[in-house]
Amino acid sequence: MHELSIALGIVKIAEDETKKANAKKVTKIELEIGVLAGVEIDSLNFVWSSAVEDTVLEFAEKEVVVINGMGKCIDCDTEFNMENIYDCCPKCGSNFKGILQGKELKVKTLEVI
Amino acid sequence: MCGTCGCGSDENGPVISKPGEHYHTHSHSHDENHHHHDDHSHSHSHHGHSHDHKHKVLEIEQDILQNNAVLAGRNRGYFEAKNIFALNLVSSPGSGKTSLLERTLADLKGEITFYVIEGDQQTLNDANRIAALNIPVVQINTGKGCHLESDMIYDAVKKLELKDNSILMIENVGNLVCPSMFDLGESKRVVIISTTEGEDKPIKYPDMFHTSDICIINKIDLLPYVNIDVQKLKDYALQVNPNLKFFEVSATNGDGMETWYKWLKSNI
Repeated sequence: MHELSIALGIVKIAEDETKKANAKKVTKIELEIGVLAGVEIDSLNFVWSSAVEDTVLEFAEKEVVVINGMGKCIDCDTEFNMENIYDCCPKCGSNFKGILQGKELKVKTLEVI
Repeated sequence: MCGTCGCGSDENGPVISKPGEHYHTHSHSHDENHHHHDDHSHSHSHHGHSHDHKHKVLEIEQDILQNNAVLAGRNRGYFEAKNIFALNLVSSPGSGKTSLLERTLADLKGEITFYVIEGDQQTLNDANRIAALNIPVVQINTGKGCHLESDMIYDAVKKLELKDNSILMIENVGNLVCPSMFDLGESKRVVIISTTEGEDKPIKYPDMFHTSDICIINKIDLLPYVNIDVQKLKDYALQVNPNLKFFEVSATNGDGMETWYKWLKSNI
C-alpha cells in the first residue's frame, strides 16, 4: 500500500505550489496516472481522505486522467497497446520494447483560490 | 505510513538506529498530543473586501515521486564519487535476504569492506544478525511504512560514515510490491526469489522484476522437495524484463555462491 506515500507526495506538491501562488486552498486537482505506473487508483481513493485532512487539498475535487499504456517493439518497430508491463509485441512476440506512455504519475494542474 | 490502517501521522515515521543504541519501539498510545496546529489566529480581516474569489489554474506538470528521485540522485552521486557499489535487495518476506547477506558478508569480509542498511517495519533483529559479523550496520524501522525511501537512505548513510571502494547492501522491507516504485540511489537492484515461491511470481508482481537488474534464485538446495520449474520461472522473469541477469544459489549450503561473489568483486 504505497499509495499513501503517493498521496502524501501529492499533498506536498499542492502545499508548496499553493503557497508559491499566494493562494489559500485548492478547489480542484488534476492528476495524470498511467496504467503501468504501479498505482492502484482504488487504493489511492481509499487513502485520499486521511492524507488530505487539514491540508490545502481537504476540500478539493480530484480528477484522475488515466493514461493508457503504449509500447514500441525494439525488434520490429510495431507500436502496440500495453495493459501489463510484461506484454510482448503482438506482431513478432519479442519482449524487448520501449514504453512510450503509461508510466505517468504526476500532478497536472491545480485550481487554487 | 500504510494505508491499511489509515494512519499517516509522523508518529509512525521511520526510526533509524544502530545496534546498541537506545531503541525506540513505538509503543506509545495513539492519541497523545494530536493538536491540529490550530494556533494561527483566523482573524479574517477581509483584505480590501473585493471578494471576487478568483480561481486560478496552476499548470504544475510535476512528477509525484520527484522528491524521492531528487534525493535518490544525490545518494547515487555520493556513491559514485566514493566508488561505493550500492545494492538494493528486494523480495517477499522469507525469501532469504538476510541469510544470503549473512553468508556473503561472512565469506567476503576479509576481502571487501561492507556496510549494511536494514529495513524492516519493526525490530532490530536483522541489524543484530549483521552486527554479530562485525559489519557496520544501521537499522531503519519504517513503522507502518511498507518500503524504504531515498531520504531514509540519505540519513542512514550519514550514520555509517562509508569508506571509499566498498559495498553497501541495503536490505529493503520484505514486500514485492511497494519498494519497486522508490529509487534509493542504488547502483543495482537485486530481486531475490526462493524456490518455495511460485514460478509465476514475476508476472504476478511484474513491477519489481521490471525495475530490477539482477535476480537471485535462492534455496536451490530445496529443489528435490519442491514443485517448481526453474526454467519456467526464468522465462516468466525474462518476459517482464529481458535484461535480467540470474544467479542460482543456496545461502544455506553455499551452492552457487561463488558466481555471485565473482560478480560482486567485478563491480568494485
